[in-house]
Amino acid sequence: MSTVNGTTPVEKIDFSSDQEVRWCPGCGDYSILKQVQTLLEQGGKKKEDVVFISGIGCSSRFPYYLDTYGLHGIHGRAPAIVSGLRSVRPELSVWMITGDGDALSIGGNHIIHLLRRNVDVNVLLFNNEIYGLTKGQYSPTSPEGAITRSTPMGSTDHPFNPLALVKGADGTFIARSMDRDPKHMREILARADAHRGTSLVEIYQNCNVFNDGAFETFTEKATKPLNTIFVEHGKPLVFANGTRGIKLNGMTPVIVDTYAGGTSLDELWIHDERDSFKASILVRLFEDPRLEGAMPRPFGVFYVNDRPTHEAKLTAQVMQAKERKGAGDLDALLKGEHTWTIG
Amino acid sequence: MSTTLQKPKPVETRQNVVILFAGDSGDGIQLTGSQFTDTNALFGNDVSTFPNFPAEIRAPQGTLAGVSGYQLHFGSVEIWTPGDQCDVLVVMNAAALKANLSKLRKGGTIIANTDGFDKKNLRLAGIAEEQDPLTDRSLAEYQLHSVDVTKLTRAALEGTTLGMKEKDRCKNMFVLGFINWMYSRDNALTEGFLKKKFAKKPDVLDANMKALIAGYNYGETSETFTTRFEVKPAPMPKGTYRSITGNQGTALGLIAAAQKAKLDLFYGSYPITPASDILHELSRHKNFGVITFQAEDEIAAISSAIGASYGGALGITASSGPGIALKTEAMGLAFMLEIPLVIVNVQRGGPSTGLPTKTEQADLWQAVHGRNGEAPIPVIAASTPIDCFDMAFEAVQLALEHMTPVILLTDGYIANGSEPWRFPSSTDLPEIKPPVIASGDEGDAKRSRADLHDASGAFLPYERDERGVRPWALPGQPGLQHRIGGIEKQDRTGNISYDPANHEKMVRLRAEKVARIADRYKPIRLDSGPPEGDLLIVGWGSTYGAIRTAALQLQTEGHSVAHVHIRHMFPFNKGLGPLLKKYKKVLVPEMNSGQLRQLLRAEFLCDAQGLNKIQGMPFTSEEIRTGVLNMMKS
Repeated sequence: MSTVNGTTPVEKIDFSSDQEVRWCPGCGDYSILKQVQTLLEQGGKKKEDVVFISGIGCSSRFPYYLDTYGLHGIHGRAPAIVSGLRSVRPELSVWMITGDGDALSIGGNHIIHLLRRNVDVNVLLFNNEIYGLTKGQYSPTSPEGAITRSTPMGSTDHPFNPLALVKGADGTFIARSMDRDPKHMREILARADAHRGTSLVEIYQNCNVFNDGAFETFTEKATKPLNTIFVEHGKPLVFANGTRGIKLNGMTPVIVDTYAGGTSLDELWIHDERDSFKASILVRLFEDPRLEGAMPRPFGVFYVNDRPTHEAKLTAQVMQAKERKGAGDLDALLKGEHTWTIG
Repeated sequence: MSTTLQKPKPVETRQNVVILFAGDSGDGIQLTGSQFTDTNALFGNDVSTFPNFPAEIRAPQGTLAGVSGYQLHFGSVEIWTPGDQCDVLVVMNAAALKANLSKLRKGGTIIANTDGFDKKNLRLAGIAEEQDPLTDRSLAEYQLHSVDVTKLTRAALEGTTLGMKEKDRCKNMFVLGFINWMYSRDNALTEGFLKKKFAKKPDVLDANMKALIAGYNYGETSETFTTRFEVKPAPMPKGTYRSITGNQGTALGLIAAAQKAKLDLFYGSYPITPASDILHELSRHKNFGVITFQAEDEIAAISSAIGASYGGALGITASSGPGIALKTEAMGLAFMLEIPLVIVNVQRGGPSTGLPTKTEQADLWQAVHGRNGEAPIPVIAASTPIDCFDMAFEAVQLALEHMTPVILLTDGYIANGSEPWRFPSSTDLPEIKPPVIASGDEGDAKRSRADLHDASGAFLPYERDERGVRPWALPGQPGLQHRIGGIEKQDRTGNISYDPANHEKMVRLRAEKVARIADRYKPIRLDSGPPEGDLLIVGWGSTYGAIRTAALQLQTEGHSVAHVHIRHMFPFNKGLGPLLKKYKKVLVPEMNSGQLRQLLRAEFLCDAQGLNKIQGMPFTSEEIRTGVLNMMKS
């Protein structure tokens, strides 16, 4: 084993389980699984200290494919299972795997409360804008008008903007990545893992069977530069291979040219992931890319906030109660405050 | 005027007394009742109580809908129920009298606050002005005492700084002081209580104390009351006692069991009547390693408890019928995972929102059958406030030692009712030993690692012991990583399996594990009566006191009647079937349309008959006695 830069690399551990992976060939989930495995293998965690919790859906089969502790729960309830687990085992590394239906439809109530409480968990939200496991119905993130098996005349529902919802619920780590950009995904996942609190990463994931190409405008070489913007803390918002940028006119973002003679980089919106107000605008860059003059879709870490985790506060109360009253004395508890004696 | 000049009033002894305090839900009736209860319990009486309040927090004042009641039965003899009929009815207004007069025995005493019978109050109670019951002689067959509590309280508080509204809020203390005098009890306990409660509000404390003493002195000096009563201490077993409600009993039983299992307790819950007091009680005891989590909904409440149990704590959730309905899917998950979990259902009147503040036993089928697929979960039921402690402890024992969710049924009647409890010592309670796996040198772990791995060295999370119980491997334990879920799993490995034969095997294995829990029950025991005979009353849950009282009376009257009370609703005690065959007739009184009766018929082909009351109110013992006599005749 060699030593690089004074740190000892951890011996590579194989985090894959002995179970055959059963997603459809070509599914975007494979890419996410690979990046998570790679991250864990490089991250120096012990297998037994890592727990994956999921709900129901294609993505929720994820825990079976990792040689860690895993609980495949019921539809939408993973955030609640996570909340209970973290309350009693704050030292574990907990990951939650969910999808657009699991997190935003049947589990919508739980996800917002997980976020506001700031339970320390890495939430990977696989967004494929379709119900895959039930074979092709529209999801709460499917665009209005989507033709699916349950909407032959087009969906009449207005979709969720997932990260705006997360911001609205006071999420403390908000990020977006995509299955087709493994390097970016790995960086974002590493950041999410390092954050103490609910780290929510929305991952655009292609369902090649029921909704193929849903995100191709953002992932294909030809269209990606003009339609995506990768944000980095402290750096100006530029895209289209550095030829365009986004400037804030008051509260309004506008696209500007950054050619020679155009807007200088100093005048552009400088990304500050600690700025809650700017993050609220950033999550709103959510226009349909087919529209003329649409804003590019942002990827990266949008927002980070270090407020205390829920479990830290719970544990502190237990410690405080023990300090104040002493560790529980069962006989004193059974006796209560008023007693009387007979005989 | 000096009280010393008066002759002491004569004192008559009573064996037992039932008193019902009734008034507006804002009148402090519950406090008056519980203070008088504690005073009597402290004196050494046996007591049983029945608080009965409206669903609305502040229902319209003076109306029938807003009447709150607190019934107390205390005596120098064994007391098992809050009493069928009252001897004394204390009413703060006309609505309270109208709502409760039918509960007063003929010849009983009415103490009425005259101020609550003015024009407005009569109108609100729907009584014509010329039919004021205090003056129209309609109450001639009772002993009526009209007392202007409002006026007397205001007079006693003259010169204090409180406003009129606040003065009037002390009326309940005047009444309590008077009742203390009437039953030869002193004010000491309540004085201590007030000093603590109003430590930071000296003017309110002063006013309440003055009203309490004024009420007592009123009894001493008023000429309308010529006699005092005394109820001597009951021959209770020697020991130290405290008073406990059913919900307190449940909470303490859960904590005691967690301590005996050396586990932290995680309580996931969503507020619901009448279960919320368990949450309130548990949240006060964080120094016992108790974590209370007020979840966003009932589903999150149980799911968080499952997460906590998965992490190695004792996961618990509680609710009432509508909330239990929401938890159903997660119960199936806990059953499938084979993870310890306790689900408490403090039953109330149903269906749907039903009667939130009233009692019923109508969730038995829900508990026994209410899940998709075949998911048998042990169901046990508590019969008295004290029994809530014992059954909560047992629920935890079964859940942890058999790796299964367990449902504990109580109901609003015993949850809010109280009785004196000769509480156990911590050393009387058994240790609880869940099947955790030794991580290293922990000697007391039930399962060793060697027999839990297959030939290739893979861990087998569903390798069962001789009782069919799987090991409890906890995240963080090296070498035991495994994946579990709600999908059907392969025997032993826990891996996903859709194999037809494996599914049937797993359904049977899980059912057998739960069935075997009956192996650990103590032999079934009659509560009273002959070991064989004419009629067996089979009861369960909170009907215990009424059935016991009726059965003892019937036996005294020479009838061949026995009483058995079932604690284990599923699986049944193995001795129950043979016992049923020893009597010519079997009667099952229940506060539902016959749910236990049908389970008994299905399980034992027994011609059990029902005695059913579905009124949101508990049985009286007389109703049980009459039901038995009718069945004996038929």
